Amino acid sequence: MAYTEEELKKELETKEYEYGFYTDIESDTLPKGLNEDIVVAISKKKEEPEWMTEWRLEAFRVWKEMEEPEWANVTYQKPNFQDISYYSAPNKKPKYNSLDEVDPELLETFEKLGISLEEQKKLAGVAVDIVMDSVSVATTFKKTLAEKGIIFCSISEAIQEHPELVKQYIGSVVPRKDNFYAALNSAVFSDGSFCYIPKGVRCPMELSTYFRINQAGTGQFERTLVIADEGSYVSYLEGCTAPMRDENQLHAAVVELIALDNAEIKYSTVQNWYPGDKNGSGGVFNFVTKRGLCEQNAKISWTQVETGSAITWKYPSCVLKGDNSIGEFYSIAVTNNYQQADTGTKMIHLGKNTKSTIISKGISAGRSQNSYRGLVQVNSRARNARNFSQCDSLLMGNQCGAHTFPYIEAKNKSAQIEHEATTSKIGEDQIFYCNQRGIDTEKAIALIVNGFSKEVLNKLPMEFAVEAQKLLEISLEGSVG
Amino acid sequence: MDLSDKLISSFLAFESNVNVNTPVHEIRSEAIRNFERKGFPSKKQEAWKYTSLNSLQKTDFSIFPKGEQTLEYKDVKRYFLHEIDTYKIVFIDGVYSSYLSETTHDGVDVCLMSSALTKPMYKQVIELYFNKVASREESLTNLNTAFSKEGAYIYIPKNKAPRKPIQILHLATGNEAALMLQPRNLIIVEENAEVQIIERHQSLTTNEVFTNAVTEIFAAKDARVDYYKVQNDNASATLIDNTYIDQKGNSNVSVHTFSFGGKLTRNNLNFYQRGERIESTLKGVTILGEKQHVDHHTLVHHAEPNCESHQDYKGIFGEKSTGVFNGKIIVDQIAQKTNAFQQNNNVLISDQATVNTKPQLEIFADDVKCSHGCTIGQLDEEAMFYLQTRGIPRKEASALLMYAFANNVLESVRIPELKTRINKLIANKLGVSLGFEL
Repeated sequence: MAYTEEELKKELETKEYEYGFYTDIESDTLPKGLNEDIVVAISKKKEEPEWMTEWRLEAFRVWKEMEEPEWANVTYQKPNFQDISYYSAPNKKPKYNSLDEVDPELLETFEKLGISLEEQKKLAGVAVDIVMDSVSVATTFKKTLAEKGIIFCSISEAIQEHPELVKQYIGSVVPRKDNFYAALNSAVFSDGSFCYIPKGVRCPMELSTYFRINQAGTGQFERTLVIADEGSYVSYLEGCTAPMRDENQLHAAVVELIALDNAEIKYSTVQNWYPGDKNGSGGVFNFVTKRGLCEQNAKISWTQVETGSAITWKYPSCVLKGDNSIGEFYSIAVTNNYQQADTGTKMIHLGKNTKSTIISKGISAGRSQNSYRGLVQVNSRARNARNFSQCDSLLMGNQCGAHTFPYIEAKNKSAQIEHEATTSKIGEDQIFYCNQRGIDTEKAIALIVNGFSKEVLNKLPMEFAVEAQKLLEISLEGSVG
Repeated sequence: MDLSDKLISSFLAFESNVNVNTPVHEIRSEAIRNFERKGFPSKKQEAWKYTSLNSLQKTDFSIFPKGEQTLEYKDVKRYFLHEIDTYKIVFIDGVYSSYLSETTHDGVDVCLMSSALTKPMYKQVIELYFNKVASREESLTNLNTAFSKEGAYIYIPKNKAPRKPIQILHLATGNEAALMLQPRNLIIVEENAEVQIIERHQSLTTNEVFTNAVTEIFAAKDARVDYYKVQNDNASATLIDNTYIDQKGNSNVSVHTFSFGGKLTRNNLNFYQRGERIESTLKGVTILGEKQHVDHHTLVHHAEPNCESHQDYKGIFGEKSTGVFNGKIIVDQIAQKTNAFQQNNNVLISDQATVNTKPQLEIFADDVKCSHGCTIGQLDEEAMFYLQTRGIPRKEASALLMYAFANNVLESVRIPELKTRINKLIANKLGVSLGFEL
């Protein structure tokens, strides 16, 4: 296809959300509003033990006292928290053992999304724990995992079956009073994934969860807890698509990762919630708290491809507590039309010889605003801490904005910190160089955009890279190619 | 009574001593109302996240200077750049010292803010420029505006340049236990005119001094301004320096800030580009020890196409000192072909020292080249080893490396004698004597 930058811009502006559709499944939905009764009701519906109910109630009390944060570089109509239904679950809920028993309508939804369970089972070797409107309805490959002693299930199941693990770790990395949305999530989280890798086990496959918001007017409050015991390894994938809605939908997830001594967690996200139409109406509000804790020699690596959501507010962070631990953050954030993204990371260096790497690529088009906000903090005991950060922004069109807000705090003379950021458009000289080598302008633009994001795309696991490529194609890359 | 209450209640007394039948009266009254509404900035505000003014507000400062003090030139000679001939505007405890100063009205005006504010012949200029670029939001600037009365007034007409550089020196004698000063400077450089200014604040004893200064600089078309701020005050001095610069097409303004002293120094340096093909340069060297705290807060607002800005701040932090750098570049949608560059390098030489840095870009135009780089690190051990193998003691070797580190900034100082002076100050601060000029 022959494209010029002009055409690309036009295409971007008119590009409608390709994954927008709505499946009609009867849902069991709680009345709108939030109070202690609702919190108790959610807990009851999930048949949770009393300590969990108490835990939620306490979070709710904290949340009531908190104010919605305003420091992010985004503007939006604040959600009315009393106008949201906090629980909805597909109500035909038999326990499936095979795919044949799954509601065919549901299967059709996955089909449209391009997630064929059978295919994935056979080809990709990915165990998929699908969250359809808050309650997990299908889990595959459980048996293979169980043989290794790996627990991979929904968090409600984990609360029932592994209360000791949940009790010990939930809220240990993201405390209930951490921030407004984390507190809200702690009070009302409906479901999410739980994963435990025992000592010394290398998880043989990529663990993956697909999230979808399906029921109109229900916020999705996911809670994910991943625990990698000493010396273990896991790669976890999370991907999101949401059906088209006019009304803003709230998504406030919490993800906690715990990497014990010598463990490694790789957490990859492809986020493609509905971004709103080209006039900026509708779209998902994505307020996510993600944080990982590294013990000695542990490593946590976040990779994200953010293409969706009307508002993104997301800072996957690493607390490098143990000596020699490593934190990584690789991100591509693409905003188009009226999308607003304020995303970045926090690297908190506490232990000796801790290392962190931040690579953030922002691409803004249309009338969107794309901000990088990050913190690198080296505490006085973190001797020989090392950080490298790079934030690059690419602007397409003259009505979008790219912003960088890096905070760097060093309290230690042995710390070595580097930060660099650039903002540019696709350079005429770059295109000229390509032309000179016999590459036409259209191809050159494709090449440059590709090259700009490849550094991060390469960090995605093989199984996921295809999906990510596809989403980037929809948002940007494919339009040029 | 804390300081802000005291200041607000002193405003009436202040007004009774100045002529209230001028437009400036309105500006002052509005400013005090703004200050009353906002009060002193607190750490809760993003712009003051790393710098606290709490202890200042508990100190009982005298707000009004008590008449003219005299000092012998020989006692204060070392605070002047005396190696070259300059115009001098000298204030002792906030009061103009005619004895130590050398002003002029010969072709250019190098004189006092108090006369500019009161004499009819300056009325038009004051109406045109006074408080026109200074912030009406920032509460400390408002505070200064409310009490604006004295300072330097420099006016360089079209195509003129003063024969020699201008020094502005603020001396504090320590006759008061704690003194608050609020100098207000207005510098107007007309079309194709040129000026070089050196500014210094110095207290002569260890009594507390709190200076809240505001300087407005207007650079018209093709004007060239070189401004040097030498901050080497003693450990009881607090300086909040607010500088606002309005630049028109083709003008070139550079501000160098050398921060070696003081207890707490906050530099708010704001460039507003209002024309095309403007060049703005912001450079600084900061070397701190003890419990010193320096906070550089810069803003460059690119509002027109084809402009450039260069920022280069180097910091060396020892003992329990704290360095803060917060640089903000805003590029408006219309400001295409902007070339903005920002760099902040820091060396930590003590485990108790802290560096907080936040280089910030806000960009709304697509055809721009904006970059920032920021590093925090140590002196290169291999370079140290190499110098030691050549017989240079460790202390001198580390000083040499620090010189090299800071040299980028010194290179663009255009007054050789000032460069020598700064080199001496650096050597002094590092506790070495190298025996040669760099």
